Amino acid sequence: MTKREWREFFTGLGFISPWIIGFLAFVLYPVGASIYYSFCDYDVLTRPVWIGTLNYQDMFTDEVFWKSLRNTLYFAAVSLPFGLVLALLVAILLNQKVKMRPGFRTIYFLPSLVPVVASSMIWLWILNGRFGLLNYALSFIGVEGPNWLSDENWTKPSIILMSLWGVGGSMVIYLAALQDVPRELYESAEIDGASSWTKFRHITVPMISPVLYFNLIMGIIGSLQVFAQPFIMFGGGGTNRSALFYAVYLYQNAFQYNQMGYACAMAWVLFIIILFLTWLATKGTRKHIYYAGE
Amino acid sequence: MSSITKHAQLACLTFLVFVAAFVCGTGCVRAPSDRTEDGRILVEYWEKWTGFEGDAMQAVVDDFNRSQDRIFVRKLTVSNIDHKMMLATAGGNPPDLAGLWSHNIPVYAEKGALTPLNRLLEEAGITRDDYIPVFWDLCQLRGFMWALPSTPASVALHWNKKMFRDAGLDPERPPRTIEELDRMGEQITLVEVKRNGKKERIRFTELTDEERASHSFDIITLGYTPSEPGWWNAVWGYWFGGRLWDEDRKITANSPENIEAFTWFQGYTKKYGLNNLRKFGAAFGNFASPQNPFLAGQVAMVMQGVWMYNFIDKYAPELEWAVAPFPSRDPEKWPNVTMVECDVLVIPRGSRHEREAFEFIKYVNTQPAMEKLNLGQRKFSALATTSDDFIRSHPNRYIETFLALARSPNAIPVPRISVYNEYVDEMSVAADRIFNLLATPEVALGDVQARMQWKFDRVLRRWDLIKDDRLKEWSAEQ
Repeated sequence: MTKREWREFFTGLGFISPWIIGFLAFVLYPVGASIYYSFCDYDVLTRPVWIGTLNYQDMFTDEVFWKSLRNTLYFAAVSLPFGLVLALLVAILLNQKVKMRPGFRTIYFLPSLVPVVASSMIWLWILNGRFGLLNYALSFIGVEGPNWLSDENWTKPSIILMSLWGVGGSMVIYLAALQDVPRELYESAEIDGASSWTKFRHITVPMISPVLYFNLIMGIIGSLQVFAQPFIMFGGGGTNRSALFYAVYLYQNAFQYNQMGYACAMAWVLFIIILFLTWLATKGTRKHIYYAGE
Repeated sequence: MSSITKHAQLACLTFLVFVAAFVCGTGCVRAPSDRTEDGRILVEYWEKWTGFEGDAMQAVVDDFNRSQDRIFVRKLTVSNIDHKMMLATAGGNPPDLAGLWSHNIPVYAEKGALTPLNRLLEEAGITRDDYIPVFWDLCQLRGFMWALPSTPASVALHWNKKMFRDAGLDPERPPRTIEELDRMGEQITLVEVKRNGKKERIRFTELTDEERASHSFDIITLGYTPSEPGWWNAVWGYWFGGRLWDEDRKITANSPENIEAFTWFQGYTKKYGLNNLRKFGAAFGNFASPQNPFLAGQVAMVMQGVWMYNFIDKYAPELEWAVAPFPSRDPEKWPNVTMVECDVLVIPRGSRHEREAFEFIKYVNTQPAMEKLNLGQRKFSALATTSDDFIRSHPNRYIETFLALARSPNAIPVPRISVYNEYVDEMSVAADRIFNLLATPEVALGDVQARMQWKFDRVLRRWDLIKDDRLKEWSAEQ
């Protein structure tokens, strides 16, 4: 590089230095340190002591770890596909030419704006086994609802139900993508006599496939890291730890049991799991995603 | 000047401003003076209480600040104080003085986050004789003193006299044995059954054997259930002669006494029916609300601590209630069983003013200040002697029961082990499994035993490695 280019380079660095320093101090250093701590017996208060891979070995025999992982994968496996399909469905409906369209859009988007603590408190009441609105509604169709929050078979479905209530966020992204699909494609398909389903299958889906992919990846990451709702609603994990999720158990180890080293190791295992699933999703969908720019 | 140079200058300025802000934001926090404007030494004091409990401590702080002109204690209310103190101490910027719970002491002391007080106590002439022994012992670990009590607590049976009377029981006569508790509970319990197509409200004792066996009733009010308030999952064994550990290196979660206690615990699910209890439990409101099942007259008997008076006073002042020792399985062998815990004052490692902080602790532990604080919080004094005036002016007319329980030889302290938090969580999971009939007491407690012993061993292994250094270090500070 010429002298001038060097100067420009450093000038640029100078301008983004607030970000660089913040990134180094608050992201890169903690992330790096957590790798080191994951190989240590570390309780925050005393000096970390190197113990090799013991934290990782402990995970294999720690039943609660496996239980939290199973719970989390179950949650992700159910809530993610349901969430993606539901959000798409709602987005398609809200993309139709109906009266009061902006009003409906707002209504469906609203739940995702409610702070998670507030919505969790509301759901605690909706799901209450005796006075809950949900069980009251079920009673009209002759169904005696379960004790959603205290029956171990229903705690995870409760959290899944809650997560579906908040699909507004991904719905809006779908909606934006749907509005971007060129009208002329539909028009030419109609001239050729395509049915609604064919149009959806062969025009809509391919055209919004990058957004589908985006929501899928964000969904994988988000659902494996689920923390706030179960933490607020079930604290220690609910009946028989049926609602103990990975991130909650990680938090317990880090801040309640003074096992920061173990918690760091858990965080890295979660990172690898997410990385693997994201890679899998990317590989599995690569052929089906259409980018207009390519 | 070329535009590039100008840009470079601007870039440098951005960089410098940011670095300056960053350094000041982190490094200079410590800089604020540790003196008040009039030159007194400032002691930063973190405490957990809010509301009237906070006000009671603030009054004592104000008295202390007025009583002399050398030290000024500044109290700051901090939520999640145990977590925050851990992080502040680890970061090298702890408060000078903090109010924790006695069960925090083992973790913090073993990890070197507290200052041992032996020397200061000796200089001040404060000894175990000055206290109700159990509270002094709660502040001690491995031969060193780490704290002094601020507000103590013991637990006892609270009962609703009106519900006793309505059920035809003597409202002044609480149960004295576990069997009596169970029986009286059944007599008080009101259920709704369908007989000949009509709904009837009757006492549990009036149910037919068939109705009892099939659990075909709804609970309207309940005499007693150990699942309310659900806070004592770890300790039921105490009333059956059991313990949680052997005071050394062994966890005793599945001792025969603990298994017996949880068999009794599970008996309630079997008696009243899991679904009935769940449905009844779902109707309970928050603890601190008029919908608290004891305050709302849904449950007639409950084990609660000395603090319960405050909630009765606030949310259900009309309630007719009384307090007695919680019945044990064999009152001859184990009379006056209770669990004790206390709030404590500690000096974190790294405190800038250990001596001044201790001056305040010492002040709180004088009889007038201790009684003022505990009268304000409506608890009792941890000191060996309590003035008649304190008892007379105490709004809780059962305060002597709590005091007597704390002095009982069967007042059992919280286990002084550094895996206490996990232990309590594991016991809660076990209690849940037992209550929900997912496991027998033997299996559930066996799981707790295996897991906790494994965890405890791990902590002890580490302690064994650092023990000599630590003890030397602590002795050197003497």
